[in-house]
Amino acid sequence: MSAMNAAVPDLSLRLSDLRRHQEAQVRSVESHGDHDTIAQRLRELGFVEDEPVKIVAHGPMGNDPLLVQIGFTRFALRRAEAQRVIVTQR
Amino acid sequence: MNTLVNPLRVALVGNPNCGKTALFNRLTGSRQKVANYAGVTVERKEGWYTSPAGRRVRVLDLPGAYSLHATSPDEAVTRNVCLGQDAQEPPPELIVAVMDATNLRLHLRFILELRALQRPMVVALNMMDEARQRGIRVDLAALREALGVPVVETVAIERDGAASLVAALDGTLPAPYAGRAIGDMHHEVNRLLNAAVAMPSRTAARDDRLDRIALHPVFGLALLAVLLFLMFQAVFSWATPVMDGIKAAFEWLGSTVQGALPAGPLSSLLVEGVIAGLGGVLVFLPQILILFFFILVLEESGYLPRAAFLLDRFMVGSGLTGRSFIPLLSSFACAIPGIMATRTIPDPRDRLATILVAPLMTCSARLPVYALLIGAFVPERTVGGLFNLQGVVLFALYVAGIASAMVVAYVLKRLRRDQTEHALLLELPSYRLPRLRSLAFGLWERTQIFVMRVGTIILMLTILLWALSSWPQPPEGATLPAIDYSLAGQIGKALQHVFAPIGFNWQICIALIPGLAAREVAVSSLATVYAVSGGEDAASQALLPIIASQWSLATALSLLAWYVFAPQCLSTLAVIRRETNSWKTVGVAAGYLFALAYLASFITYRVAVALTS
Repeated sequence: MSAMNAAVPDLSLRLSDLRRHQEAQVRSVESHGDHDTIAQRLRELGFVEDEPVKIVAHGPMGNDPLLVQIGFTRFALRRAEAQRVIVTQR
Repeated sequence: MNTLVNPLRVALVGNPNCGKTALFNRLTGSRQKVANYAGVTVERKEGWYTSPAGRRVRVLDLPGAYSLHATSPDEAVTRNVCLGQDAQEPPPELIVAVMDATNLRLHLRFILELRALQRPMVVALNMMDEARQRGIRVDLAALREALGVPVVETVAIERDGAASLVAALDGTLPAPYAGRAIGDMHHEVNRLLNAAVAMPSRTAARDDRLDRIALHPVFGLALLAVLLFLMFQAVFSWATPVMDGIKAAFEWLGSTVQGALPAGPLSSLLVEGVIAGLGGVLVFLPQILILFFFILVLEESGYLPRAAFLLDRFMVGSGLTGRSFIPLLSSFACAIPGIMATRTIPDPRDRLATILVAPLMTCSARLPVYALLIGAFVPERTVGGLFNLQGVVLFALYVAGIASAMVVAYVLKRLRRDQTEHALLLELPSYRLPRLRSLAFGLWERTQIFVMRVGTIILMLTILLWALSSWPQPPEGATLPAIDYSLAGQIGKALQHVFAPIGFNWQICIALIPGLAAREVAVSSLATVYAVSGGEDAASQALLPIIASQWSLATALSLLAWYVFAPQCLSTLAVIRRETNSWKTVGVAAGYLFALAYLASFITYRVAVALTS
């Protein structure tokens, strides 16, 4: 939705690209395919436009999974899941 | 006035970690465990209570869900019941929507989804004590007004914490929400938060501090390793004094009964069958309780999902998921709740792999067997100035189970055709101090289950085995011990043809059969077999010195290897069948476990014989 009304939306920054404790805001969640249950669940968990988000920890092996703070809640997401979330820096 | 005949049917619905199970316990007084990793409520739980005004209420505790768009079997149950699509379960007359007051942004969204079902609903704002501590203020009247449904405050862990909810369920039921449908639920959540909630910061500082250590790439893993190692050391070192006491009590009981009764079948049944058999199993209760104590504390504190986070990448590498950690850790207690807990794994492939390797986790029923053999064959001394050698061997057996589970899961992953992406999406709840009361409940529940097993299945099998071992009686002028002529002796000797290559004697072969029903029976069976065969004075003697003097080290090691793998638990196979609805999976599980057990024992025995001769 948000991608449509912005003039030149920068869709390059992903949640998975953020450094630890770098403050960001969710733009949108990208679906992979028509029935992407992962993307839908991410939206239900609060990954929606304007929501502040940051990475608070990385897993010990290969920096995966990511521990993401959204709202009051912390979720462990794998890189592939975090890649679906498009963010802007705050 | 048919309230006595037809109780009010209420369903508790809410996100995982909203304290729903604790609230359920508070309402119904049922004795079940409370934990805070995502999805502890995998079973359908129901309870009853009668309100102060005399209304009977039937409470259904539905599995935690993030949304009615179910992504796991757990969530599907909740969705089906709420929508009235469940075949067995009529839709609830009233939904009690539970939310954690410290996590409102996430939980309110689900509340809105539930409200849209247009069923009578009461919202329980739970964990208000913790919310106040964190400086979160909720204006109940404003929230009620903005939501358009009744809202009550609860603190499930306090004695009168559910009083306002009970009062709300006692009055006339609220009318279903009739307001307009909501387009964007997140906007609506923000509106509600603005209208009724004031909060200082986004997260609890305590969680931040703890996570900085617990999730640290180096310290976090070290902490996990230390915790697990401590758990297994404690099982061996803390339990010893109590176990010695139980052992002494049964020996005293055996010799007292033997002295009081005339020699004959009755004395033999009581002393050699019942007392030797049950004493041999009951003695392991302290160790089982220590193991459960650790698992309960880890569950309740919120640490388990952290462990899943740390190990996820590692477990993905071997074909599982971080989420498998919780079911697999439960499987150390018993594979049955472990396999049932796999319902919280949304991906069917991950779930199947977890189910198939769960029996490789060393369950507490194997502990008696390990403990017996280690006690008989591993010297009790200190290694490295710190560790109990017996504890180290036990730890190694657990590691052997885990390592083989990883190999099996890896092979399954390679064999699988569908290699598409898996999701983790795991919530890490706030840390909580484990509550003494629920720990005590959990341990009491375990004690009851164990003692019930000892008193029913194990007692029956022990008596049956005693009978098989005592008849037919030896002929006149027999030179060998009585058991050599008995039915059990004959069965054991027939089976020995199969098991001789892996070093099992016929006494072990006999014990393997009742061990199918419950693994720990193998120990009581050995006790009975040796008590019957050993003559009068052996009856009151403990099993441990007998096998220490009669078995070779190779045989003992082979039996240990056998127990790491063997699928000899009918209840586990039955629960695999129930959870997967497939006999093929049961066949695959039993077949591969049996093959691995035989192979491992064969190699162990041959190597040990070569090294010790």
